[in-house]
Amino acid sequence: MIEFRHVDFSIDGNAILRDVSFSVARGRTTVILGPSGSGKSTILRLLLGLYHPDAGSIFVDGVDVTHINASRWREIRSRMGMVFQQGALFDSMTVGENVGYALLEANGDDEVEVAPAVRHYLELVGLDPYLIDRMPDQLSGGMQRRVAIARALAARDPMILLYDEPTTGLDPQSAERITDLIVQLRDQQGKTAIMVTHDIPDAFKVADAMTILEQGRVVFEGSPDALISVSTPFINQFLAPFRTAMGAASRRFEAATRRGAPPRTDPQRGGTP
Amino acid sequence: MPVIRAILERFRSVVEGVQDLTLFTVETLRALFSRPFYLRETIHQLHFAAIGSLLIVLVSALVAGQALAIQLVRELANSGVKGQLGHFMVISVVRALGPVLVGMVVASRMSAGITAEIGAMRSSDQLDALVAFGTDPIRRLVVPRVIALVIALPALTILGDALAVIGGGWVGLQYHLPIESYYAGVFKFLTPKNLLVGMIKPFAFAVLIAIVACWKGFRSEGGAKGVGVSTTQSVVIASVGILVTDGICTRLIFRLLGW
Ligand SMILES: Nc1ncnc2c1ncn2[C@@H]1O[C@H](COP(=O)(O)OP(=O)(O)OP(=O)(O)O)[C@@H](O)[C@H]1O
Ligand SMILES: [Mg+2]
Repeated sequence: MIEFRHVDFSIDGNAILRDVSFSVARGRTTVILGPSGSGKSTILRLLLGLYHPDAGSIFVDGVDVTHINASRWREIRSRMGMVFQQGALFDSMTVGENVGYALLEANGDDEVEVAPAVRHYLELVGLDPYLIDRMPDQLSGGMQRRVAIARALAARDPMILLYDEPTTGLDPQSAERITDLIVQLRDQQGKTAIMVTHDIPDAFKVADAMTILEQGRVVFEGSPDALISVSTPFINQFLAPFRTAMGAASRRFEAATRRGAPPRTDPQRGGTP
Repeated sequence: MPVIRAILERFRSVVEGVQDLTLFTVETLRALFSRPFYLRETIHQLHFAAIGSLLIVLVSALVAGQALAIQLVRELANSGVKGQLGHFMVISVVRALGPVLVGMVVASRMSAGITAEIGAMRSSDQLDALVAFGTDPIRRLVVPRVIALVIALPALTILGDALAVIGGGWVGLQYHLPIESYYAGVFKFLTPKNLLVGMIKPFAFAVLIAIVACWKGFRSEGGAKGVGVSTTQSVVIASVGILVTDGICTRLIFRLLGW
């Protein structure tokens, strides 16, 4: 379980987060949405102890992490896997060393021993295991992103996963594979997750709960269904592109059905709707 | 008034910088004496520092040694004591020129390299990623670099000293000074005390270069431009710091030896 209670945070006197409260139930996935600069990544950094709140408390599995010492932090962090927004792959290490990073740290750099696990996690995110000896800068941006996801999953089998825009910059197939994976990790392994994204369809696909930020404040917390029925100016504006797209798609669908043609024609079987 | 305010502001930021560097140094010292120790990274850094700097150190030492010898041999010949070239060379190279020269050459290369590398890691969130994976970045990045330089710089200084002295002998030959009498002077004054005076300094320089470079990398802000600024500052602080440390070390050692 993760909970933020009235968290304030500022950098150099600029308020970044103001009175942020929300919670993520165990085994659930919460999506954090919000415009660029609204403080989404900052929330994940606070959760990892990379930043410390000015006021309020943060709870991880019932422990108030606001005032714990360095060794307690290491223990708390070991339960979390983080996918950084920019990937943050270690560029002096190979793909294999990146994905196996936590395992190599634990077993004293025995690469032969961790290779099978590394291959398994690469396949899980849809990457060819032959990439294991490449350097990160020899991969495309989308491939780097997936290596970062594999690295987070391989880390000491974390029960909490933090994804900072995991599908941004991926082609639709890869993005779908990642969102499927996030859903699957929750359903089959009971992982708790926070996913930050700009992609509203992706958000609806994975979210059990949604938190929307605007300029460092929480303006909505609730289920995806509840979000649909909310109508404040900010949320209307925020969801407008999505609603328009959905509306257009459903109008096209209806029009096509009225004409008696199925939305996707199959020439072999003819045009039966 | 704005001028005074600007000066005060600058003074305050320097004081804060010194304070921060001190904390960083304490953290590094603490990490030096605790586990885990990253042997592979240390060997990698040692290779980069020692083997990577070898050629430029040797070339600059040889050339600087010759330049110094040319100056000395003329004055000595005028006073009719050309035979003292070996003596003067070994004193000035081993005690003064060698450590500073090698320190400067290594500083220009290593300060820039280390700050740029760690600064780039900072701006691409790799330092945060290390923390997220439970690794102490000071232990993983700073300690290996400090140890590597503490081993590499004294070793390079010995080689640089040797090449500078050899360069001096060559100049002596051109001025018809027999090689045997040159080296007789060299070895006569290559005493433990003279070596001590010269060989304490590279250890201090090594710690200075490595810690300042890592610190500037860790604190770099603002992407590629920020890394550029930190890299410049790191080279400047290390170079000036070497000269200042040299002055302080020399005075201290002379006092200790009662000279
Ligand atoms: N190191 C910093 N110094 C000063 N301000 C910062 C710093 N890091 C972030 N900010 C500010 O904090 C605010 C929130 O940043 P954050 O990275 O959390 O946004 P975000 O919601 O993740 O945006 P995006 O969707 O673009 O990733 C921004 O307004 C940003 O300007
Ligand atoms: Mg962000």
